[in-house]
Amino acid sequence: MVTNITNFGRSGLSDWLLQRVSAVILALYSLFIVGFLLFSSGLDYAAWSGLFAQTWMRIFSLLAFISLSAHAWVGLWTVTTDYLKPTGIRIGTQLIIILAIFVFLVWGITVLWGA
Amino acid sequence: MNSKRPVNLDLSTIQFPLPALTSIAHRITGVILFIGLIFAFWALDVSLSSPAGFAAVSDVLAHNFLAKFVAWGLLSALAFHFVAGIKHLLMDMDIGVTLEGGVKKAQITVVVSAVLIILAGVWVW
Repeated sequence: MVTNITNFGRSGLSDWLLQRVSAVILALYSLFIVGFLLFSSGLDYAAWSGLFAQTWMRIFSLLAFISLSAHAWVGLWTVTTDYLKPTGIRIGTQLIIILAIFVFLVWGITVLWGA
Repeated sequence: MNSKRPVNLDLSTIQFPLPALTSIAHRITGVILFIGLIFAFWALDVSLSSPAGFAAVSDVLAHNFLAKFVAWGLLSALAFHFVAGIKHLLMDMDIGVTLEGGVKKAQITVVVSAVLIILAGVWVW
């Protein structure tokens, strides 16, 4: 078995499954957000912040943000390992991606729980 | 090695099949969406921060051409990535995993996402 120390689950099969599960969660979240924006006519701050004040919406959003982190890492790991052959450039790019994912996740959590 | 074997190095005669193009586009839209998270999280953060912040985000999306273009571009990337992702899940379920099925699914992916991209443009403008 080929192992790679930079992939997410240390096995291709686990990455494969994680990418599918996170994709389904992100698809549902995207549909929900787009649907909410489309079908709430004359959306105002009260309705928008009211949605994100609900506990279920915060949990749904957190689930989506965690899925996003995993999904982005598996996807961008695949792309960077395919196209960036020099080890230094690849590892450097992957470190920047990990840092960006971390920033997005922390940003998302602070938005949800209003730091 | 047999030096008389046929070699085709005329790249202009070599074309990617449609499923290869949708696969590459799936990757490109994924990278675009990751970079676009900066705008998405910014909009979420500011719009939820205060009524004034909500008004600022609504205003920029209603009147600023560049903001509309970015919103449309990200919605388009999301639409394609979404449809191509469903194609992937169908392949995982062993649906249409033949040469003809692959081309057919790639064609459907292009048509459905093109419709969604046009609808996204109508929504933004």
